[in-house]
Amino acid sequence: MSYIIDRRLNGKKKSTVNRQRFLRRYKAHIKKAVGEAMNSRSITDMDKGERISIPTRDINEPVFTHGPGGHVERVLPGNREFIAGDRIPRQGQQGGGGGSGSGASDSGEGMDEFVFQISQEEFLDFMFEGLRLPNMIKRRLAGNESFQVVRAGISNEGTPGRLNVVRSMRAANARRIALTGSKRRSIRELEKELALEESKDPTLRDQRIIDQLNSKIEELHARIGRVPFLDDFDLKYNLLIRQPKPRSRAVMFCLMDVSGSMNQATKDMAKRFFLLLYLFLQRSYEYTEVVFIRHHTSAKEVDEEEFFYSRETGGTIVSSALKLMRRIMRERYPASEWNIYGAQASDGDNWNDDSSTCHKILIDDIMPQVQYYSYVEITPRDHQALWEEYESVRAVFPDHFAMEQIVDVQDIYPVFRQLFSQKVAA
Amino acid sequence: MLDTFTTSEPTERRPISTSSEWTFELIQEYDREISALAEEFGLDTYPNQIEVICSEQMMDAYSSVGMPVGYNHWSFGKQFISVENNYQRGLMGLAYEIVINSNPCIAYLMEENTMTMQALVIAHASYGHNSFFKGNYLFRSWTDASSIIDYLIFAKNYIARCEERHGVDEVEAILDSCHALMNYGVDRYKRPYPISAIEEERRQKEREEYRQRQLNDLWRTIPNLSGAEEEKEQQRFPEEPQENILYFVEKHAPLLENWQRELVRIVRKLAQYFYPQRQTQVMNEGWATFWHYTLLSELYKRGRVTEGFMMEFLQSHTSVIYQPPFDSPYYNGINPYTLGFSIFTDLRRICENPTEEDRQWFPDIAGSNWKETLQFAMRDFKDESFILQFLSPKVMRDMKLFCISDDDRENEIVVNAIHDEDGYRQLRANLAGQYNLGNREPNIQVFSVDTRGDRSMTLHHTQHRRRPLGKDTGEVLRHLHRLWGFDVHLHSLHGDEITASHHCPELGRDRLEGEEESMMVPKPI
Repeated sequence: MSYIIDRRLNGKKKSTVNRQRFLRRYKAHIKKAVGEAMNSRSITDMDKGERISIPTRDINEPVFTHGPGGHVERVLPGNREFIAGDRIPRQGQQGGGGGSGSGASDSGEGMDEFVFQISQEEFLDFMFEGLRLPNMIKRRLAGNESFQVVRAGISNEGTPGRLNVVRSMRAANARRIALTGSKRRSIRELEKELALEESKDPTLRDQRIIDQLNSKIEELHARIGRVPFLDDFDLKYNLLIRQPKPRSRAVMFCLMDVSGSMNQATKDMAKRFFLLLYLFLQRSYEYTEVVFIRHHTSAKEVDEEEFFYSRETGGTIVSSALKLMRRIMRERYPASEWNIYGAQASDGDNWNDDSSTCHKILIDDIMPQVQYYSYVEITPRDHQALWEEYESVRAVFPDHFAMEQIVDVQDIYPVFRQLFSQKVAA
Repeated sequence: MLDTFTTSEPTERRPISTSSEWTFELIQEYDREISALAEEFGLDTYPNQIEVICSEQMMDAYSSVGMPVGYNHWSFGKQFISVENNYQRGLMGLAYEIVINSNPCIAYLMEENTMTMQALVIAHASYGHNSFFKGNYLFRSWTDASSIIDYLIFAKNYIARCEERHGVDEVEAILDSCHALMNYGVDRYKRPYPISAIEEERRQKEREEYRQRQLNDLWRTIPNLSGAEEEKEQQRFPEEPQENILYFVEKHAPLLENWQRELVRIVRKLAQYFYPQRQTQVMNEGWATFWHYTLLSELYKRGRVTEGFMMEFLQSHTSVIYQPPFDSPYYNGINPYTLGFSIFTDLRRICENPTEEDRQWFPDIAGSNWKETLQFAMRDFKDESFILQFLSPKVMRDMKLFCISDDDRENEIVVNAIHDEDGYRQLRANLAGQYNLGNREPNIQVFSVDTRGDRSMTLHHTQHRRRPLGKDTGEVLRHLHRLWGFDVHLHSLHGDEITASHHCPELGRDRLEGEEESMMVPKPI
């Protein structure tokens, strides 16, 4: 007799743990591959999964085997032309063949690299590993947007699915004890009387009393029996209530200089940086908004498309963007409700007397409100006044203000890592 | 092969099914029919448990050597990732079936397969492999089918507990090292006790104490005052070289913690469980293939399956037993399915229609009852002895086998036997030797341990036809070093002469003097 079992609905992910173990073990390799991928990827697929390849020799599991050499006799199938005694000249290094059982599986793969795919989630995990936004997350009760169901004790009402069996049985037991206690006491007394009566000498025994007692006892038993085992009001239910859940939300301000001095390549670098920051914030917050502000001599809030791709020329007044950011913050993103992040990219050009205005706006209005403000200067040249002013801002807010210089696309990811791992050390 | 079917005149066709879709009712029906036939043919099996799974679950099963439960280790993850990758890129199809040597015998059917394939798998796994597991002497005496699942659960839980207590890394390191030596964790000749989870747990405590006592004895450092002669007698430990390296480590490694010894033991036990499978691949697959072929052909003869069923079946059957010639790009060693199937099929032929040649080669079996003869061949042999006994000249001719001799002292490779009158015997002996695990794996044994000195362990590799050790040797020694805790030396011997030595850690400056006394064999320069 055979048993046929449908197991298709059983868990499919039995190997997940083992897979995680594998990734964990080869973390170093994967991180390296992820770092390389960050530099070579186009912006739009920054957050896709990635093919990782690891040299086979690194993941090899060694066992004792025979090496080449010595005297090997091997039986092979499919002879066509050979007869006994034929001599065949050796062909180079073709020593392996399939003769030895242990070698077969290795040579079967025929690849030098062990290649596999990691998912987007895993990719991002590796990408942002070790980076943190230290102690910067404010949480806020955001109205009726999200709830969490929590247990809140026991209730007398509920759906059958929430029935608490133990509590119900306990209540039923208590009720039965309470309702039958006096009757059982009377039974005990009657039984005592009965025993007394029955222990009397047969001549003195009054059968009538015995019958009477017996019928009384019986009646009491019947009444006890009528007390229901489980009554409606015994039923107890687990009470679940919905609790508003604090939700963290963040807004990210992207500020970019689009003046004539910023070319497409520079903007591209800025975009990569913004994107990394966005992906990073998204992992820490349940809800993230982005505000794009572009500026030359005047600033404007735009959508993403326009932010990155339309060009304008003109001079540069950085403070215009900061002023706009300040206004938007006041109007739409009160710091009491939002985690505010600022990211600014520029090539460092600015009207000279504007830089001090920037300094003032940052120190007085923006920095006290934001969680973090990062400034990247994308230029191979020397710093100008803006950099110096910003350096003094950093001196005032060392934990919340960061600035780095980017020269090349290759720098973006390392600079990004540096900006945020610094915080861990601090 | 088709002629078998065309000659039979089907009396009346009452096929079980005509569509290629399977249902649970149909699987049941096929199983019932096949089971009845198997009984007619005298197959003795464990009860069957047939489980239908999906391809993803098949990949899971693949990467855990088919076991329904297994402890966690990165190497299974690696296996899984590579299976998943190859499957998703279409580089490989999944096996149609996995069958586990347990009681009841568990076989997996994949949901994606057609009815024909399901019937094929049932015949192959649930009756072919199953009866082999129950009948073959190696499985009968070396593994305990009824307790393997329980033991696996015990192992999984134990290892999980160790991970909690000592950390994943610690556990992983030990398991890595054990896996490297897994093939050297089996008793080849001594019959082990059947494994049992309950027994294991009960005795764990007992074992801990006992082991500690033994260890203390062995590694006692206070000098023994009873005299110099005794000292001399004890000089070599172990007295006999030990082939089961993991067992030796478990019992005698000086520094292992008790839980680490238990891990060594678990890996060792599993290695022992798989040992018969490694020794009977040709027979096992050949037997299962022979029976799925025989059983399904019989179903056809009795009109229980359609022509379409038979065509589909034959197509996958022939691809299973296809043997690419040695110079084909697909050649990857001798296909065990082909070899085993050919031998069993020919054995039946020899019994039923013996030729003059057969009478000369197999006087005892030519013309005998084929069912009994096949049962005998299945029960009492392993690959090596099976080939040596039953490989017939006809099979050698059909497979066009030939033997080459590759000696690194010669400039040319010599063909020393082909499938002709002069070559049969040598060919057969050589092929059988190829399946001798002893020849396939280097023969490495624990030779001595310096119990009074630096506690170093010395292994000897006895060369087989001067074959040297492979390139991983140093790596494996590092693993052994991790388990042993002290220096490990490995000498490769040709006769009595050491031709190569490996050391872990790499030999330092001041180690040479201390060593030579304990080793009895001259050191190479």
